[in-house]
Amino acid sequence: MSAPFQKLPTWVEVGVIPLVNVVVAFLVAGLVVLFIGENPLEAVKILIWGALGFGEGVGFTLFYTTNFIFTGLAVAVAFHAGLFNIGGEGQAYLGGLGVAVAALALDRYVPWWVTLPVATVLAALFGAAWALIPAYLQAKRGSHIVITTIMFNFIASSLMVWLLVDHLSPVGSMQPETRTFEAGGTLPELGGLFHLFGADMGAAPANISIFVALAACVFVYYFIWRTKIGYEIRATGLNPTAAVYAGISTVKITIVTMLVSGGLAGLMALNPVMGDQQRLQIDFVQGAGFVGIAVALMGRAHPVGVVLAAFLFGMLYQGGAELAFDMPTISRDMIVVIQALVILFAGALEHMFRPGIGRAFALMSTSQRERVVAEEERS
Amino acid sequence: MDLTTIVLILDSSVRLATPLLLACLAGLYSERSGIFDIGLEGKMLAGAFFAAAAAYWTGSAWLGLLAAIAASIVLALVHGFASITQRGNQIVSGVAINFLAAGMTALLGQAWFSQGGRTPQLGADARFGAITLPGAEALRDVPVVGEIYYELISGHNLIVYVAFLMVPLTWWVLFRTRFGLRLRAVGQNPAAVDTAGVSVPFLRYRAVVICGILTGIAGAYLAIAQSAGFIVNMSAGKGYIALAALIFAKWRPWPAMGACFLFGFLDAVSIRLQGANVPVIGEVPVQFMQALPYILTVILLAGFIGRAVPPKAGGIPYVKER
Repeated sequence: MSAPFQKLPTWVEVGVIPLVNVVVAFLVAGLVVLFIGENPLEAVKILIWGALGFGEGVGFTLFYTTNFIFTGLAVAVAFHAGLFNIGGEGQAYLGGLGVAVAALALDRYVPWWVTLPVATVLAALFGAAWALIPAYLQAKRGSHIVITTIMFNFIASSLMVWLLVDHLSPVGSMQPETRTFEAGGTLPELGGLFHLFGADMGAAPANISIFVALAACVFVYYFIWRTKIGYEIRATGLNPTAAVYAGISTVKITIVTMLVSGGLAGLMALNPVMGDQQRLQIDFVQGAGFVGIAVALMGRAHPVGVVLAAFLFGMLYQGGAELAFDMPTISRDMIVVIQALVILFAGALEHMFRPGIGRAFALMSTSQRERVVAEEERS
Repeated sequence: MDLTTIVLILDSSVRLATPLLLACLAGLYSERSGIFDIGLEGKMLAGAFFAAAAAYWTGSAWLGLLAAIAASIVLALVHGFASITQRGNQIVSGVAINFLAAGMTALLGQAWFSQGGRTPQLGADARFGAITLPGAEALRDVPVVGEIYYELISGHNLIVYVAFLMVPLTWWVLFRTRFGLRLRAVGQNPAAVDTAGVSVPFLRYRAVVICGILTGIAGAYLAIAQSAGFIVNMSAGKGYIALAALIFAKWRPWPAMGACFLFGFLDAVSIRLQGANVPVIGEVPVQFMQALPYILTVILLAGFIGRAVPPKAGGIPYVKER
């Protein structure tokens, strides 16, 4: 964007404007609740209680948060190169295949802490491989990455259904899923950690993959802001023409960024497949790939922001389930509406409130200056 | 395979191609004007829901159609506001529209009808019924010609005929009217259109509204013509297939019809081929047939079957002066 906007101080830029956008999104969501005929404040209260009020709720919230950190990071990394990876859903689905391959091959022979690194590598590899073809087509043949990644989501879905129905389900089973992994293919849950704080996690599936997610955040920070290729990625995202001029290969950047992005999306599969269900099932991603878009936009594509946004969406997913239980007129689809509003206001309409905020800010600083000048004259 | 089977497959291809064709032509107007629209899916879904809800309350299929168009236009205007007035990212806005529609239809469906997001079953009056074209009954027993006319051409509902008539109409509007010329120009070089004294935003808003009208009709077709009510996520990816068809057709109306018919045909065949053995190839997995439209589109986009070049200014917000 060639600055049609005035320059604002950093804290307004990264603090106030994103906050206003998200607040507006939630206010509109409140209006939707009001329109349905329920009390939005009451709904928020139930939602927060459901997400954080008791041990099991927190466990579920952390479980969802883990998913969204991975997919949010995937979208965020691509954003830095100016790419829009809408294919997190398919890449995560394929990542599940990597996890299942590792777990099915190893679970009977080794403990979980041997399986986990292998599963991590395979999940990332499978996810990255699924992002490679769209990346190559964008870099070399100029086909639009948004369209190809959408197409690849559908292809992934068909591929996985075919694999699960015809090849991966155990002989004699009609369920389109793999066999349940043995102890060597399952991740320890966080129940013990909860006990340290005197809380009970109940049946919640939060597991140690959340630490893999946090490690991925640290990795993304270093990769984007502390390596040469990260610098090249950001340069390409800010101004592709200038980047080419500076000798940066767009082909290389596109492919490397998408491989990392796809790998991160693939890692998401660790949590539901190895941590929760302990088997590979149809459609286990359940839209987490798309939530990643909202998370990355809301978190301003920064790992810290992504963690915060992922936690918020984790709360929404868990609290939303409680809400649907207590207020039957508000089904869980409310979360999808909130997700849409966040994408709309924090993404597509991100500059809508900037002129207003800029004017308010200018007004504030001029009145301040006048006061200072007046005081100086008096003395 | 005898003639009856072929006619029946083609007949269901027509039915399956209709919503694709309407959504594809909708995307054609929008994208030709330089506004990328991956929100076809969402607009269609919103159209389907409001068509079913309005048709249920009023008992009139026509009011259902109007409600569908209105709902779809509202979403189209949101997309227009974000991408034309606010110069936001058109892809992001389209994604938001899709989720907004998916969430709102299920949410309102549950709040209003309490049937898990469905709308109640509609009676015959609240739907668009089959139309028997003149002479179809008389010609029915004539071999070949009569069968084709009776089964394939006659006996569809009104929206099917509207969809196929939209093809020549769209061609005429785009390539034979002043509006069409300007619409195509604004998608290629908005600055030139602006210099000629024509408003870029107004042109693009009109394109976006036409897109809303057509996706609304497509949604109405799903809910109150093809079926008798709305079910959650009824559009089931048809908006994305329409997008694929649009690329396949290289943003031109007649090939759009061909592409939509092809994808409709693949769908019809995949339903019939379930578990059947195809000579030489053996058993084709249903999933492969379902994925075929997407695979074909990717191959096309890769430039292995000709080249699909989108409108030049597509996706780029127009800034009047710098």
